[in-house]
Amino acid sequence: MATVAEKILAAHTGRASVCPGDFVSVRVDMVLANDITGPLSLKEFRRLGVSRVFDPSKIVMVQDHFVPNKDIDSAIQAKVVREFSREQGLLYYEVGRSGIEHVLLPQEGIVGPGEVVIGADSHTCTNGALGAFATGMGSTDIAVAWATGEIWMKVPPTIRFVFHGRLQPWVGGKDLILHTIGAIGVDGALYSAMEFGGDAIDSLPMDGRFTMSNMAIEAGGKAGIFPVDAATEGYVAAHPSRSGPKPIVRYRTDSDSDYARIVEFDAASIEPSVAFPHKPSNTKPVSKAGDVPIDQVVIGSCTNGRLSDLRVAAALLKGRKVHPSVVCIVIPGTQRVYSEAMEEGLIRTFMEAGAVVSTPTCGPCLGGYMGILAPGERCVSTTNRNFVGRMGSPKSEVYLAGPAVAAASAIAGRVAGPAEVMPAGKGVSSK
Amino acid sequence: MILHGTIHKYGADVNTDVIIPARYLNVWEPAPLAEHCMEDIDADFRARVRPGDVVVATSNFGCGSSREHAPIALKACGVSCVIAHSFARIFFRNAINIGLPLLECPEAVDACEAGDELEVDLSAGTITNKTRNVTSAARPYPEFMEGIINAGGLVAYTKSRLERMQA
Repeated sequence: MATVAEKILAAHTGRASVCPGDFVSVRVDMVLANDITGPLSLKEFRRLGVSRVFDPSKIVMVQDHFVPNKDIDSAIQAKVVREFSREQGLLYYEVGRSGIEHVLLPQEGIVGPGEVVIGADSHTCTNGALGAFATGMGSTDIAVAWATGEIWMKVPPTIRFVFHGRLQPWVGGKDLILHTIGAIGVDGALYSAMEFGGDAIDSLPMDGRFTMSNMAIEAGGKAGIFPVDAATEGYVAAHPSRSGPKPIVRYRTDSDSDYARIVEFDAASIEPSVAFPHKPSNTKPVSKAGDVPIDQVVIGSCTNGRLSDLRVAAALLKGRKVHPSVVCIVIPGTQRVYSEAMEEGLIRTFMEAGAVVSTPTCGPCLGGYMGILAPGERCVSTTNRNFVGRMGSPKSEVYLAGPAVAAASAIAGRVAGPAEVMPAGKGVSSK
Repeated sequence: MILHGTIHKYGADVNTDVIIPARYLNVWEPAPLAEHCMEDIDADFRARVRPGDVVVATSNFGCGSSREHAPIALKACGVSCVIAHSFARIFFRNAINIGLPLLECPEAVDACEAGDELEVDLSAGTITNKTRNVTSAARPYPEFMEGIINAGGLVAYTKSRLERMQA
């Protein structure tokens, strides 16, 4: 009797079964690094004294954090990653044919259900939405995986999160995960795999699931897994890799007794939400936010930079204007998302509203560039962290929300919910 | 190994963004990272910290980003070990992998104040607060992790494993 996470890990260890707490050596299907973590991995890889990676088709390098290069040092990091990728023949995504890694990998069919994916980026857990076991690690772990194709793991216990009921208008994956982290705390799932289910999840489209898996790490989780269903299968079929779609591997948790814990939510009662500084667990319904004037809005990132996120933001911004005292920055997650948003007219909507639209980058989310905050400035952001100094000055503030709240706040000039901007009954759900 | 140092004490959820802000992650060498260690929550940490000093915190130390630059920056400042109620998962791996010792010991954390002098016996897993004359036992490492620690980190551990496989 085992959970989805345990079954995936067992299948990658050559053992019939694994138990929470076991230390196991796990074969990996895909290993990810980026322009910030890649150079450090390379330094450790060279120290290992190995000349070739274990399998270049299972190593993917994405330039996304500080690109297009924000300064000379960033240019050097991007160059190191580019040269190593060419030297070893890795899967390599260059600026202009790329995007934010955790939006890009699922889109390009690089990750499939039942696989084990590790990345030198904490938000690698995003890929759990595909029914994969995906987790973030540091650069040295990644260097060892490059050399050996294996990595040690302690098998995590699994906590199941069940969402009952029908979602309110404008409520999407971001609101569900912010609500969850608010309920269990930033270490509420420490060392555990999170598994999501319930009828509200069954009807949640893939983009909303990616958002939820993305923020598993903000509760301390090792993975955030959605068991494979028809929505997963449809996504995988529509997003083939260069060699065709990934095979569908379906795992199910055998019984409720396999979970370490089950946490249940009345999803119908969850409102559009916002996490106040400086923890993702400081969640409130936006209706209780009070009067919080803002200076900036960021819509994008590995959390909410997908096409349906941009559709939600555009539905609110269409025919309206960004508030005169607000800078609104929209960042499509990948070149493909950007292109599709352009074809749908969303980019025109953003520009007519007075927003700036940027090439895909992680830039502002981690305080790199493209939207740094001055002391005293406040930003509503669809990103994943609102720690002290995360987006610039340690005296600035970040309020985390989904695209509906972010767009409504951009229009209102303060933290605001979509219902304040658009009359009831006209809402579209980001899901 | 016996470590001696002064305590720098923090609360819960000290995240990797404050240990080393991402605006400094355009380099990956230890020395420049050390220059900005902890600056967003403790502006004069870098000026105060001395080789051997110990960082102490309550729960979930090192949460957030997977950046290995965080334990690297602490180690490059001369921090000899971190003692906490609990550690975030990725930070825990990263620190062990690069040879920065971590100890889980709520009693030692709760019984100390910033500025206290500590003696840490890594092999015995004991923490002695010299200022208050109290000794506590840290939670032992799992046997598997002892192997990585005793080898001096994951690269050395893996190298010897690869050599044994080739032999």
